[in-house]
Amino acid sequence: MNKVVDNVGIAVEGIKDNMTLMLGGFGLCGIPENSISELVKIGVSGLTCISNNAGVDDFGLGLLLQNKQIKKMISSYVGENDEFERQMLSGELEVDLIPQGSLAERCRAGGAGIPAFYTPAGYGTEVAEGKEVRDFNGKPHILESALSADFAIVKAWKGDTEGNLVFKATARNFNPMMAMAGKITIAEVEELVPAGALDPNEIHTPGIFVQRIFQGARFEKRIEQRTTRSK
Amino acid sequence: MGLDKTGIAKRIAQELRDGWYVNLGIGIPTLVANYIPQGIEVEFQSENGVLGMGPFPFEGDEDADLINAGKQTITTMKGASFFDSATSFAMIRGQHVQLTVLGAMEVSEKGDIANWKIPGKMVKGMGGAMDLVASADNIIVAMMHSNRAGVSKLLKSCSLPLTGVACVKKVVTDLAVLEINGGAFHLLERAPGVSVEEIQSKTEGRLVVHGDVPEMSL
Repeated sequence: MNKVVDNVGIAVEGIKDNMTLMLGGFGLCGIPENSISELVKIGVSGLTCISNNAGVDDFGLGLLLQNKQIKKMISSYVGENDEFERQMLSGELEVDLIPQGSLAERCRAGGAGIPAFYTPAGYGTEVAEGKEVRDFNGKPHILESALSADFAIVKAWKGDTEGNLVFKATARNFNPMMAMAGKITIAEVEELVPAGALDPNEIHTPGIFVQRIFQGARFEKRIEQRTTRSK
Repeated sequence: MGLDKTGIAKRIAQELRDGWYVNLGIGIPTLVANYIPQGIEVEFQSENGVLGMGPFPFEGDEDADLINAGKQTITTMKGASFFDSATSFAMIRGQHVQLTVLGAMEVSEKGDIANWKIPGKMVKGMGGAMDLVASADNIIVAMMHSNRAGVSKLLKSCSLPLTGVACVKKVVTDLAVLEINGGAFHLLERAPGVSVEEIQSKTEGRLVVHGDVPEMSL
């Protein structure tokens, strides 16, 4: 089944004000930067964005924040972003902070038909407030619910016309779970290849989870913390 | 006097055992990787999705797709693997990682830890810290004994929002190695030249001293 769309404009068609989006990436690594730029361009607002981080001031989701297109962020870590902090402290932006592993599992659950699950993470902390607690093997756990989204937008290294995806190194992160949890999943890839060009043994995300795929026009792939050693 | 951050990292490195998978947090814990004892093999896990993390790349070899949980560019060792975030936290919650080393703002005598939020000041999020402390069998906290204002970070109970309850087993500070057990800090070792009295005066929580406390050997 051919999932290819011609460009990013067609890929994001149907994304409207007040929708819930999932966006893959960890920090600036593995983020769907072409789609984010397009969302800035079309100006949809009131968005609820589920993403591990919120970008930096001038890149990634930070661009949507600057433009005040995001109403609510669901994330695990939102440092490195002054505009985010300002909007959060002034109450303009609603923020739901979730332990990283719970965020990943809630996305996975959303795509896997698991409505909720128990986890020890966050027990006894403010994350547990209002949540059901249950002991298993003598240890308390809290009930966390699945997450889903109107659109999930992921970024892969290679993808084929069937929507099969291969990620590179740590750019995989949240992308596979989010691809599973979107009602419509958009994949932007660095290299789009014909069906059959990828080894089926090495597919990370099977095409069934992807509805639209396109090759991004440009990837900046900005590095957040450039650390090196001398030769 | 006490240890500097490198000294704390060196002392924690002595806790590493052959064959362990280890998760190192940001800050002092990261330095532990520089002092792996000779003759043992450990593999470092970074919760953003890599096992077998290596040192920073040489200049010019940085790869935007290859970073650690602190978003720093890294390399991988032979035999490394990459995985998604759900798999990564399955390793952590499933107790496949033998040791977690992380920093803290406060630790209590009951083993509670606070390291993610200062209400009204710093609200950046917990990242993976809550998942790590909730599940790890073996958690070592690396931190200074007192904060910059000179106030003890080893408390009767934490004043900041908690990251996890009754989970920290061992704390290594610039002054001491302490084990948490039965609602008290047990003093195991002193930093070179640091007296029991000094440690006592800088520990707000209950401190138990058993006989002569040896100096750390670094």
